[in-house]
Amino acid sequence: MESPNLSYIKNLSGGDIPFETKVIRILKEEFAEEKKTYYENLKKGDLKLTASNVHKLKHKLSILSLEKGYQIAETFENNLRENNTDLSKEFDTILNTITTYLKQL
Amino acid sequence: MNCIIIDDEATARAIIKQLCTKIDNLVVLNEFANAIEAIKFLNQHEVDLIFLDIHMPSFDGFDFIQTLKNPPRIVMTSSDPNFAIEAFEYECIVDYLIKPILLPRFEKAIQKSKSSALKQRVSGISETNESVTENELYVNIDRRLIKIDIPSIYLIEAKGDYILIKTEDKNYMVHSTLKKIEEKLPITLFLKVHRSYIINVKKIIDIEDNSVLINRDVIPVSRSNRPELMQRLNLL
Repeated sequence: MESPNLSYIKNLSGGDIPFETKVIRILKEEFAEEKKTYYENLKKGDLKLTASNVHKLKHKLSILSLEKGYQIAETFENNLRENNTDLSKEFDTILNTITTYLKQL
Repeated sequence: MNCIIIDDEATARAIIKQLCTKIDNLVVLNEFANAIEAIKFLNQHEVDLIFLDIHMPSFDGFDFIQTLKNPPRIVMTSSDPNFAIEAFEYECIVDYLIKPILLPRFEKAIQKSKSSALKQRVSGISETNESVTENELYVNIDRRLIKIDIPSIYLIEAKGDYILIKTEDKNYMVHSTLKKIEEKLPITLFLKVHRSYIINVKKIIDIEDNSVLINRDVIPVSRSNRPELMQRLNLL
């Protein structure tokens, strides 16, 4: 699987280290919260809300340059809107990869 | 220019805020995690531009736009390109940015927003001038107020402390300045082509190098005013 990276954030910061630090902190906090909500809604079977959670998480995937992951998330989001949980395992893998990566930062 | 950011994602707000720092004279007045808080703010502040996320819980970007009577310019932001067509049905929406937003695309959106503001201003001036055109101009000559039909004026020439207003039927020498009369004339019809001349661009017969023939008068066009004159013409 592709690896997450900070190239988008670095590009955006143009060397502005306080911005990088701040946005990484926000990203970590928000990702943890959104991931938690995602699993809660998935467990409850509220697939409409779960789709919204995936939608939000999808943005984080693109920030971390996970292009293939983003495509999987997009299809998964559409599946959820059609009451179908196909690709949930693949999405789990993506979330785990991001979790591990963010812990290192 | 000032702006606000409405997005339920803190990461997205931080990114847009950072992008705003790259644009000269763009001030972020505030940021909001939900659109309802933003409505309260908009009731109390004049905002030029809104960066608005579409997907927000309970009250989304489109719901927000529909609550605004006179919405400022809006740049929609979304991870989803599927709403672009719907978005452009709203006149206030000047651009649609797909996340993650890159700086060159962001700069383009700002440029579009500025162009849109300029068009609005020009159209405002044009509307004002249409009503002016309907009215006549009254000039004071020998203690009498004489009515002149504005579209019939083809030339105004500065003559010391006076201006000579030439119409198709008659000429009027009035104690005034070009600057004063210029303010009273519709900019869609009249153009100052030289420090001493204002012409009615509809009455031009021909243009040669640095002069225009208007009725039977040959009027000089200064180099600095020539580009604007050329822009006004319907050139083939």
